[in-house]
Amino acid sequence: MSTWTIVAALSLGLAAGVLSGTFGVGGGILFVPALVALGLGQVEAAATSLLAIVPTAATGAIRQHGAGNVRVRAALVIGVASIFGAEVGVRIANAVDESVLRRAFGVLLLIVAVQLAIQGARDRRRYPDVP
Amino acid sequence: MLARLALIGLVTGVFSALFGVGGGIVVVPLLIGLVAFPAHAATGTSLAAILITATAGVALYAGRGDVRLAYAALVGLPAIAGALIGTHVQQRLSGPTLTLAFAVLLASVATWLIAG
Repeated sequence: MSTWTIVAALSLGLAAGVLSGTFGVGGGILFVPALVALGLGQVEAAATSLLAIVPTAATGAIRQHGAGNVRVRAALVIGVASIFGAEVGVRIANAVDESVLRRAFGVLLLIVAVQLAIQGARDRRRYPDVP
Repeated sequence: MLARLALIGLVTGVFSALFGVGGGIVVVPLLIGLVAFPAHAATGTSLAAILITATAGVALYAGRGDVRLAYAALVGLPAIAGALIGTHVQQRLSGPTLTLAFAVLLASVATWLIAG
C-alpha cells in the first residue's frame, strides 16, 4: 500500500465525516470506494464501512444531541425497524435484477430531491432570516 | 406517527441492504417529507438511527469475518474530525438552506444510481 493511497484514504475519510456531520448521512458513499481503493473486496468494504460509520455517526449524534436536534424515540424506532428492513432487502436483492432496482430507486430519489428543492426554495423565500 | 417512523426504518433497511449505502440518504428526506421534521432535527435523528443500523450490521458481518478493524480505523478516525467540522458548519445554515443543499446531494446520489 503506497503512501499516496493512505493519504487518499485519510482524505476520503475526512470528507466522509464532513458529509456525515453536515447532512446526517453515514458516509458510506465515500467509505466504500476508499476501502475498495485500499484493496478490499466489495463485501469486506461494505462490512468495514459499517464499522467506520459507527464512530462517525456517534460523534455527529452526540453533537446534534447537544444542540437539541436528536429525537431519541424516533431514532430508536427507525433504527430497529431498519434492521428488519435489511432482512427484506436481502431477499429482494436475491429475487430482482439489480440494474432494474438501481434505476427504479434512482428515479424515486430524483423525484424526492426535486420535491425537497422546491420546499427548500419556498421556505427560504417565506422565512429568509429564520435559522 | 409510530407507524410512519417504523415505515421509514423499513424502507431505509431495504435500501441500505440493496445498495450498500447507509440509510441516512433515505432517512433525512423521509423525516422531512413524511413526518414534517425540521431539517436540522431530521439530520440529527438520522445520525442516531444510523448508529443503531450500522452497529447491528457490524455485529452481523463480524461473525462472518468480513470486518477489517485497521482499515476501518484508517478511514473512520479522520471521519470523526470530519463529523465535528460538518456539524459545526451545519449549525450555521438555516433549515431551508440545509434542505436545498440536501436536495443537491440526493440528486447526485440518484444520478449515480441511475447511471451506475
